[in-house]
Amino acid sequence: MDKELRLMKGNEAIAEAAIRCGTDAYFGYPITPQSEVIEYLMSEKPHERTGMVVLQAESEVAAINMVYGAAGAGRRAMTSSSSPGISLKQEGISYIAGAELPALIVNVVRGGPGLGTIQPGQGDYFQSVKGGGHGDYKLIVLAPASVQEMYDFVKLGFELAFKYRNPILIQSDGIIGQMMEKVELGPQESLRTPEEIEKECPWATTGKKQNRERNIITSLELDAYKMEEFNLKLIEKYKKVQENEVRFEKIKCDDAEYILVAYGSSARIAQKAIKLARAKGIKVGLFRPITLFPFPIKQIRELIPQVKGFLSVEMSAGQMVEDIRLAVNGERPVEHFGRMGGVIPAAEEIVTALEQKLIGG
Amino acid sequence: MAEIKLEDIIKEENLVYKKSKVMTDNTLHYCPGCGHGTAHRLIAEVIEEMGIQGETIGVTPVGCSVLMYNYMDIDMQEAAHGRAPALATALKRTMPNKYVFTYQGDGDLAAIGTAETIHACNRGENIAIFFINNGIYGMTGGQMAPTTLPGMKSSTSPYGRVADMMGGPIKMTELIAQLAGTHYVTRQAVHSPRHVRKAKKAVRQAFENQKLNKGVSFVEIVSNCNSGWKLPPVEANKWLVENMLPFYELGDIKLNGELVNK
Repeated sequence: MDKELRLMKGNEAIAEAAIRCGTDAYFGYPITPQSEVIEYLMSEKPHERTGMVVLQAESEVAAINMVYGAAGAGRRAMTSSSSPGISLKQEGISYIAGAELPALIVNVVRGGPGLGTIQPGQGDYFQSVKGGGHGDYKLIVLAPASVQEMYDFVKLGFELAFKYRNPILIQSDGIIGQMMEKVELGPQESLRTPEEIEKECPWATTGKKQNRERNIITSLELDAYKMEEFNLKLIEKYKKVQENEVRFEKIKCDDAEYILVAYGSSARIAQKAIKLARAKGIKVGLFRPITLFPFPIKQIRELIPQVKGFLSVEMSAGQMVEDIRLAVNGERPVEHFGRMGGVIPAAEEIVTALEQKLIGG
Repeated sequence: MAEIKLEDIIKEENLVYKKSKVMTDNTLHYCPGCGHGTAHRLIAEVIEEMGIQGETIGVTPVGCSVLMYNYMDIDMQEAAHGRAPALATALKRTMPNKYVFTYQGDGDLAAIGTAETIHACNRGENIAIFFINNGIYGMTGGQMAPTTLPGMKSSTSPYGRVADMMGGPIKMTELIAQLAGTHYVTRQAVHSPRHVRKAKKAVRQAFENQKLNKGVSFVEIVSNCNSGWKLPPVEANKWLVENMLPFYELGDIKLNGELVNK
């Protein structure tokens, strides 16, 4: 069969992927730069295409709690938003993590803090990988660097969400959300039947059958020792995620003496920076974390013997750089270069930063 | 004198009350005299009588009734504070053939969850909302609620609620009755057997309405809070009749999608 190719915006790819991979429900609220997700879904009439529920909620808070409700019933439920909206969703995300439910959340990041800017940013790294909401929990965070990955990570996200019964965050940004690229689309999958959902999710609130106990979805536990037991169970889960789900990409790292570490849009610009630097005779490689949690700690450490230093390139004041420093543990210099406020760094600036901060020229 | 034996008395034909099978054997954590237990029982009885135990999903609030799922033998989800109508929206939309209800207190529904309540009602979600109004925050220890009456003392209005300063009590039920998405809106109480029987009919109606697909059925139950009101149960019920009911007038507000003229 011929490949089905289409030119799409990143946000549209998220929406089309949601319909194609058999998402049961999407709940959203408009916010720039990701409103195309719900606009595309509404125009595609997914209810007719697959039976998928798409609803514009009254707020980001309501939308994430709708996701919580549908996820509790074993449904593939998702929402998308951008930074200020994701802040509002943190309450619900914490509940979903605490109730151990599968769910998919997309953050098309813009610059902040506060209302910030509608231009792209990467200042939500801490919020995404360090919890974000209250309590001890983690999300699995996928960072796409292309429109194709926006598309692919929806299906992957749901697979991981159900595998670990944990919310998944796709951490994109305004560039990836808005830019258009060629996308290879997957086949149209149909929604699972209610019977299939009950079989796959025996914990779901689908109505108490005679042959089972009632199902309760809650994150509440008033007994301190039981609550701690649950906290320990979550830690074990995150350990397994760290062991099994690390994803990353290495470009020209084999002979590299310096490594740029960048995810999402920054990784795209960093690729250009590598070319420029190599033309100048500097041996530079790119390490691109695809999962921000679990962070590729081991894989970054493996590069230590061959390299003289690491430069974290982020559209933030320096957030991921902290995790790189923890991984490198003082064995090599780790510096940060970033632009903020919606300013997109130029490849030349990255090379200059590399020269000034690490090479010393 | 003939000996009286218990087994001669406890016979099927002498039974006047039986615990619903939809209620579990867990001991209720509510204070003695609290209306929550009665309201729970009515919902359980209706679910049992309609034979929809396997088809019903309930959403519990944050507040005294947060642990309602311990007492009901049905699938339930515990929502974040005020968000129950959002969960119920998603449950019903992804499982349109199931019966979905929320059970919420006045702080949950009429303060922090105002947006979720109003918009679920406005969209005409095909769900039942049971709203327990006792004019106070019970679980956190008797703070002022959006429904606290003027002059009523609470731990955050220790000299009585002053409407000029703190706002007056909100009549959520009248407010949501104005929305096109509500089909049945009523205010009931559970402080006397007569009122309990009427409230049960309203609960039944709310569940029956879900077969019609005509929007929200909203049942407010004016209740008491002995601990928060600092009154013994009997006096609390008397206080309810004398103070709550004149302001929160009992009766149907909207029937079959039409406002009731009073």
